[in-house]
Amino acid sequence: MIIRTKNDLEKIREKGLKSLYPGATKISVGMATCGLSTGAGKVYEAIQKEIEKAKVRILLGQTGCIGFCQREPVVDILEPGKPRVFYQGVTSERSGELVQKWLENKVVEDLLFCKMEKEDRVLEGSVKNYSIQRIPAGINGTPHYHQVPFYSKQLKIALRNCGFINPDHIDEYIARGGYFSLYRALFEMKPEEIIGEVKRSGLRGRGGAGFPTGNKWDSCRKAKGDRKFILCNADEGDPGAYMDRSILEGDPHSVIEGMIIGAYAIGAQEGFIYVRDEYPLAIQKLKIAIRQAEEAGLLGENIFGSGFSLKINLFRGGGAFVCGESTALMASIEGKVGEPRAKHIHTTESGLWDKPSNLNNVETWNNIPVIVSRGADWYSKIGTQGSKGTKVFSIVGKVKNTGLIEVPMGATLREIVYDIGGGVPDGKKFKAVQTGGPSGGCIPESLIDMPVDYDQLTQVGSMMGSGGMIVMDESTCMVDIAKYFMNFLKSESCGKCTSCREGTKRMHEILTEITEGRGTTDHIDLLKELGWVTAEASLCQLGATAPNPVLSTLRYFQDEYEEHIINKRCPAKVCRALLRYRILSDVCKRCGKCIKVCPAGAITGKAKTKKESGKPFKIGTEKCTRCGMCFEACKFKAIEVE
Amino acid sequence: MEASKIDRIVRQYGARESAILAILQDIQAEEKYLPRETLEYVSQKMRIPMVHVFRIATFYNALSLKPRGRHKIDVCLGTACHVRGGDKILDKLERDLGISVGETTKDKRFTLESVHCVGCCSLGPVAVIDGDVHGRLSQEKVPGLLKDFK
Amino acid sequence: MIPFSIDGQAVEGKEGGNVLQVALDAGIDIPHLCFSESVKPYGACRLCLVEVVKGGKSKMTTSCTYPATEGIQVLTQTEKVIRARRMIIELILAMCPGDKLIQDMAKEMGVNGVRFKQDDKDCILCGLCGRVCEEIVGANAIQFAFRGDRREMIPPFQGEALSCIACGACVIVCPVDVIRMKEEKDERTIVRWKRTLKMKQCKVCGNYFAPWFQLEKFKEQAKLSKDFFDVCYTCRT
Repeated sequence: MIIRTKNDLEKIREKGLKSLYPGATKISVGMATCGLSTGAGKVYEAIQKEIEKAKVRILLGQTGCIGFCQREPVVDILEPGKPRVFYQGVTSERSGELVQKWLENKVVEDLLFCKMEKEDRVLEGSVKNYSIQRIPAGINGTPHYHQVPFYSKQLKIALRNCGFINPDHIDEYIARGGYFSLYRALFEMKPEEIIGEVKRSGLRGRGGAGFPTGNKWDSCRKAKGDRKFILCNADEGDPGAYMDRSILEGDPHSVIEGMIIGAYAIGAQEGFIYVRDEYPLAIQKLKIAIRQAEEAGLLGENIFGSGFSLKINLFRGGGAFVCGESTALMASIEGKVGEPRAKHIHTTESGLWDKPSNLNNVETWNNIPVIVSRGADWYSKIGTQGSKGTKVFSIVGKVKNTGLIEVPMGATLREIVYDIGGGVPDGKKFKAVQTGGPSGGCIPESLIDMPVDYDQLTQVGSMMGSGGMIVMDESTCMVDIAKYFMNFLKSESCGKCTSCREGTKRMHEILTEITEGRGTTDHIDLLKELGWVTAEASLCQLGATAPNPVLSTLRYFQDEYEEHIINKRCPAKVCRALLRYRILSDVCKRCGKCIKVCPAGAITGKAKTKKESGKPFKIGTEKCTRCGMCFEACKFKAIEVE
Repeated sequence: MEASKIDRIVRQYGARESAILAILQDIQAEEKYLPRETLEYVSQKMRIPMVHVFRIATFYNALSLKPRGRHKIDVCLGTACHVRGGDKILDKLERDLGISVGETTKDKRFTLESVHCVGCCSLGPVAVIDGDVHGRLSQEKVPGLLKDFK
Repeated sequence: MIPFSIDGQAVEGKEGGNVLQVALDAGIDIPHLCFSESVKPYGACRLCLVEVVKGGKSKMTTSCTYPATEGIQVLTQTEKVIRARRMIIELILAMCPGDKLIQDMAKEMGVNGVRFKQDDKDCILCGLCGRVCEEIVGANAIQFAFRGDRREMIPPFQGEALSCIACGACVIVCPVDVIRMKEEKDERTIVRWKRTLKMKQCKVCGNYFAPWFQLEKFKEQAKLSKDFFDVCYTCRT
């Protein structure tokens, strides 16, 4: 049906509510990429079979990611009159049990991870309480969703719908308040008022540098031109960050709604979503969502019957980090290579095909409907002085609870890494957090109580970037990390500017020398000088921020560099050329496993049998390639690295 | 690739210059790489100089000028996978397959490539085989991973 | 005309002009490699860096891509600019240690050695040849390929440049003189692009004056008569 009036929207909302809360038991499987790659597809099938077997009316659906990726696949069961329950680490073998027990009014206790009795409705500013009449046996000891340490400090605005709606159902999006902001924007607000609201909200771009969104919109609206474009950067390029993928897979309409509101405010008639080719599921979900919005009359010609029209095109990126740079992204859409150009005239005045163009990233667009609905006053109360609202972070690496989290700006690193992330696993010592992707830096333990916002991160030599947080422990080598990023950047630089192409290449070369034991004390100053020139002399932001991984590790971990250079030691035991593997003869059980796995034939000795005691095991240093296979394979921890 | 097939792909995008990347991606999806003759045909058909087609084909990671094997393994070398030993997974695959990253096995069974992050950072180290993500890998798990591919 | 200053000297730029061109016209030397007034500014070599003071704020930028702007102060010899240029010329020298021009420029800037491993390339990746071939000649025979530190200026597929008309414009424009042209009897070769074309003989003087392929292309483009190029330029005028 084509939605023309608010009444029409309300009708769809009613329909969506029936789909969200169907009056029968509903099982939802988290089927975003993280879930699928841990077997959510098989879990879905197994549950489906069990439901058929049980011959009871149980609805089965799919949803996006609820953020706790470590514990995927996640399944939730919602039955009227009962608390909603969430299971973690579900396997296809155990899926049947989930259904059987539920029908007996019981739960599978060892897989249960939380229960929920109320749901936050961010867009509407309300809470939906489930009416609880029956409590399944065995559920009492389970914490509430809001009590689980992973969730208790989170505030979900951007991730408001992820894991709670079926992304393929526009009705469910509308049922949770979706497209009401668009209605409000089109019929109750003037474009200038919307821009004013976005300005007052304090929203800053979530893609990297944190430019104030309202100001960008304002300059694009004021730019001369009868044809204007809005663009969505969904080319999430920072390795270690995947919030945009999760939003697109779990709540694609939130981005589309944000873009339509933005286009109306700016006066644009056409939009592009530049999405990473490596995200096939996100592309699929976006295609479905765009088609549904068009069919509903919420996108395309004469939206809501208001006379305003917008066409949104999907553009698959080609896999180039530099296309995160606005001018490169636009060149790419024009059918050229993604090479940035000088921006003495802003893209808001002359961007895509030299027309005024406004580019924001996925998370920025996704925040817009909330700001329109709840107002700038509400939004700007969240966060810090200079950074308003919440930020989604992917907390990954050497941390117990990996996943996607959303906290108010200003949450401290300690809260993120320890309270939410659960700290470093395996009893190891925390060393640093890397933020901001290849443009960012490593923040040491001494700054763990630092509140996280745009300005603080920049001040300590890193940056917000798109929100990747890679936790590093004592077994992460900071010189190796710097080398890793220079390797990334030297191949991802477009190669146009001498300073960026040659600068990153030479920094990588020097870091390789250091990690292979050929470093000299002059190298540290040379790295600093190269870093300076790369940042100062290059055209675009890729070059301007490229040395950050080197400069920030030099700033906080120069002792680690010196250990490599002077003592030819890698304290984290990562840099292979500086390692020696050794078998501890008193621990070794002479089982022979290491000989079997060693690809270089570097290990000598004879395995113990019932008759013979075997011969002592040794690793020949010349033949050893330090691949670490023996170390991984030894069950007795008889292999030492030094 | 047959001319009629290329024509169909080009037509779908209305032969617009801005669609060149999408057209090359679609061709690659079918051929697994971009054969020289196909690129030359596209250049003529779309009236885009060959130097520009070649420049685009060599600029983007998603495009390849080299033929690929029946199965494509992408080892993720994103930061999260790197700190959890993604490079060791790549080493192990290189050793087991007897090829270097970017190459194809002689029997055309596998092409081994590396990618910068597939966005499954919480499951690292990760490898993607024919589009399916395999997470929480270790060197020991590698042989088991490959055995079902013919 | 747009008035501004370079190193305190009052200058005037044309609408749409760039700072580097204004400086060169005024006799102020700013080192540069990838700039030529015959093609659009590109900003690849980064040697023409200057500091631009505008509205009280100063930033370092390439003068070739910076538009002539009323009231700006351009500074070409600040400590920052000199420091950056020296590192950049050192980086180029490490990449192309055999290029005479680069050696001379480095020496002039006080860079006497290279602190990096030396590559054995000769092309400095300024892109002038590709831009001239596209913007002026319209042959589109060569262009950049690949990305990052693998970037190269080559014909498609690295083989013979099949669209090359052997006009030699790239030979003339190359600042480090690494594109060579060879003429032997009735053949002209652009060595770097592996392109050899047969030359046409002038009906009047008998000299081989231009490649057949090129003349045919010009005739087609400009819709000239069939016998238009039977006589060479010199004999015709």
